[in-house]
Amino acid sequence: MNAVSGAARFSHRFEGLRERLPGARLPWLTALRDGAAATFATLGFPTRRAEAWKYTDLAPIGDAGFDEPLTLLEGSVALPPAGAARAVFVDGRFRADLATLDGLAFSARSLAGALDEVEGPLGALAQPARDAMAALNTMLFEDGLLIDVQDGVDGGVLELLSVATASERPQAFHPRHLIRLGRGASLTIIETAMGTAGAAYLHNPVFEIGLEEDARLTHGRLQQESRAGFHLSTIYARVAGGAVYDNFTLNAGARLVRNEIHVALTGPKGACHMNGAQLIGDGQHADTATVLDHAAPDCASRQTYKTVLAGRARGVFQGRIHVHQAAQRTDGYQMNQALLLSEDAEMDSKPQLEIYADDVKCSHGATVGALDADQMFYLRARGIPEPAAKAMLVEAFLIEAVEQLPEGLLRERLTDAIAGWWQGQEAAA
Amino acid sequence: MAAVTETIDTVNAVNDGGYKYGFSTDIEMEFAPKGLNEDTVRYISAQKNEPEWLLEWRLRAFAVWKTMEEPRWSSAKYPPIDYQDAYYYAAPKEKIGPKSLDEVDPELLRTYEKLGIPLREQEWLAGVQPEGRMPVAVDAVFDSVSVATSYKDRLAKEGIIFCPISEAVQEHPELVRKYLGSVVPQGDNFFAALNSAVFTDGSFVYIPKGVRCPMELSTYFRINAKSTGQFERTLIIADVGSQVSYLEGCTAPMRDENQLHAAVVELVALDDASIKYSTVQNWYPGDANGKGGIYNFVTKRAACRGKRSKVSWTQVETGSAITWKYPSCILQGEDSVGEFYSVAIANNWQQADTGTKMIHIGARTKSTIVSKGISAGQGQNTYRGLVRISPRAKGARNFTQCDSLLIGDKCGAHTVPYIENRCMTAKTEHEATTSRIAEDQLFYCRQRGLSQEEAVGMIVNGFCREVLKELPMEFAVEAQKLLQISLEGSVG
Repeated sequence: MNAVSGAARFSHRFEGLRERLPGARLPWLTALRDGAAATFATLGFPTRRAEAWKYTDLAPIGDAGFDEPLTLLEGSVALPPAGAARAVFVDGRFRADLATLDGLAFSARSLAGALDEVEGPLGALAQPARDAMAALNTMLFEDGLLIDVQDGVDGGVLELLSVATASERPQAFHPRHLIRLGRGASLTIIETAMGTAGAAYLHNPVFEIGLEEDARLTHGRLQQESRAGFHLSTIYARVAGGAVYDNFTLNAGARLVRNEIHVALTGPKGACHMNGAQLIGDGQHADTATVLDHAAPDCASRQTYKTVLAGRARGVFQGRIHVHQAAQRTDGYQMNQALLLSEDAEMDSKPQLEIYADDVKCSHGATVGALDADQMFYLRARGIPEPAAKAMLVEAFLIEAVEQLPEGLLRERLTDAIAGWWQGQEAAA
Repeated sequence: MAAVTETIDTVNAVNDGGYKYGFSTDIEMEFAPKGLNEDTVRYISAQKNEPEWLLEWRLRAFAVWKTMEEPRWSSAKYPPIDYQDAYYYAAPKEKIGPKSLDEVDPELLRTYEKLGIPLREQEWLAGVQPEGRMPVAVDAVFDSVSVATSYKDRLAKEGIIFCPISEAVQEHPELVRKYLGSVVPQGDNFFAALNSAVFTDGSFVYIPKGVRCPMELSTYFRINAKSTGQFERTLIIADVGSQVSYLEGCTAPMRDENQLHAAVVELVALDDASIKYSTVQNWYPGDANGKGGIYNFVTKRAACRGKRSKVSWTQVETGSAITWKYPSCILQGEDSVGEFYSVAIANNWQQADTGTKMIHIGARTKSTIVSKGISAGQGQNTYRGLVRISPRAKGARNFTQCDSLLIGDKCGAHTVPYIENRCMTAKTEHEATTSRIAEDQLFYCRQRGLSQEEAVGMIVNGFCREVLKELPMEFAVEAQKLLQISLEGSVG
């Protein structure tokens, strides 16, 4: 089966589920889903002929033949220890029994139970008409997290955990998360996506994030899906004047991952930080695509992405910075670097600047290379065995991205995840 | 900088100055019937008295072209081109096989004189030529037919072949047949296929084994007749251990209709050979409202086939309404080297989408890319480039630097590099910056008594220095002047 018939399978699934999807009685939502379904039927899965998908082939998704789960899994699920308030999704559905959301300074709840409140915000930022993955999510989403932080409130830290279980038939789930931070509000989200080892599934979350003036969202993401899983996530964020969106993404799991982030800086003096690390092992494919719209003056953006590739790994980084004519005095910086640890690895980079304003300072850099032989020699000469020396240099390579995060729970989680990945690599070798 | 004033100034400057080379020469021309079909291809081939194999080669290209779709992926925007509404062959009617310059139509010579082409060697030696430097041999192309070639005898002594490609087809068919289309195959892309079908002339260069070409080779292209597309085909072969530096300069007269230029340039460098290919392109860019101007859709590619071979592309692109070209290097030979140095200016409504492709195949191959883009007025300037490292290219190395300069807030500067690395021991580095002329730099220059325009000229020349210094002397001077002329009035 190819990607096209794979897409048809999702369309058929939608036809079957249409009346049973959450919010089926809301005319506006039905219209939204029907529109998305029509778009998806036309577009299908993006192919490599589309410039944005030049290096990533989604045909394996069509081959896998995923189905949306019909019933809610209610059994117990093994969860990692919690470090803060937590919302838990199992196979894409909110599990109230596993959540610890009481006593929060802000509102966080299941989207499925609050659909009659989100007419307008839902679909305001995502672009199902243009983007096939957003269309797929819009037509089939069943749940998600709805977060609303009132003006001036510091929401502290919230964990958003997604767990996929193994099932007889490969499952697909398309959660939709809506996040709004009022003026001057702040929040840290630690999002973890994981799955039962060996489970094949498709996790296709879409985030719509609205930050009002001077709000600040730190969005840490640890993608540690099952090595047989597919993770296609799309984030749309709109950042108002003076607000800051700080995103850090670790890609360590999944067989195929596409991590797409669209950020629009729409008010003066807004800022966006997009940093990340991709740790890609044998048989994995990871693609990070960022699109940054500088639509207002005096905004700043910083991006640092580091990719480490081992075995038969394929890494992709595409980063586009679009500076509109109004965005004078933009300060944009982007760096992406990749370390090839194996003869069979491949890294494709496409940094991109598109600039229509003259008073700007924009730069990007991209490097791809192996471990430095001199550095290796230096460490070996001091009696450090090769694996340890290698680990040390890889850690040093990644630290520039990791250091962008403040000390705290997120950074700890991230450091642990990186160490875990490296141990896994060594064990495999 | 006030955007409106600046635009008005730009418009005025262009109207005042006009296009220096915008004139056309009235010479009796011989045209192929308008339009493009198999008969056009046969007509061109027959006019050139070509052997059967070449006609078949052209017809194959035409057959492929018919199945192809015009590419649309560049950032350039332009109305659809009607390929049937153009002449594909125009030759000066006077049938000439000039033995010396005296035989050349004086009207033609006057045209070149206006352009300042150093066709007359004496003038050249007396005027521009600095002492002790070797003279330049010129093969002038006047609307598709090469009319005069100088220094031929001198080159012949060294065994160097430098002649119009149509002549090479007659005199050196074995070389042409072996290499034509070996770097850019007929079906390579839409415009290359079109060129393969209808190319009328161009230059052919062969440097024999171990020969270092004693002078710079030079070709001037001009598009003169109304509505003739220009389809040159250039083929340069540097045999084992040889060296050559080739200059290509372009100017075109003013025309209202957009004219298509789809040239193909193929370079082949064998073991230890080195080719330096320099271009100054100053075709008519259209008027200040974006009307007219040349569409410059060119395929240029070099095959570094031999070990330790080297190809260096240097280009200064100041003209054309649309420039769309990517001079590339296929680095097959071990230790071969590819270089690309480029300055591209997009002023008024000009659009430039240019860059390079460096395909690393051989071990320890090296490439360097330095691109300087300048946007002013409503100009759009895009650097688009590919660096691909194949798994076999152990120890390959690439360094890329793309800098963009913006003058005015109506223009755009874009950078689209593709980096594909499939070899662990290879190393690629890419950096790009975009900025405008800093106020403090301007202030510094103004404070020392330079006018605003002189200051900008100086800063722009400094910005482009890394590229300009790669040009042969004669071109470097011309290029600096061109930069200044191209940007006149863009800073208010």
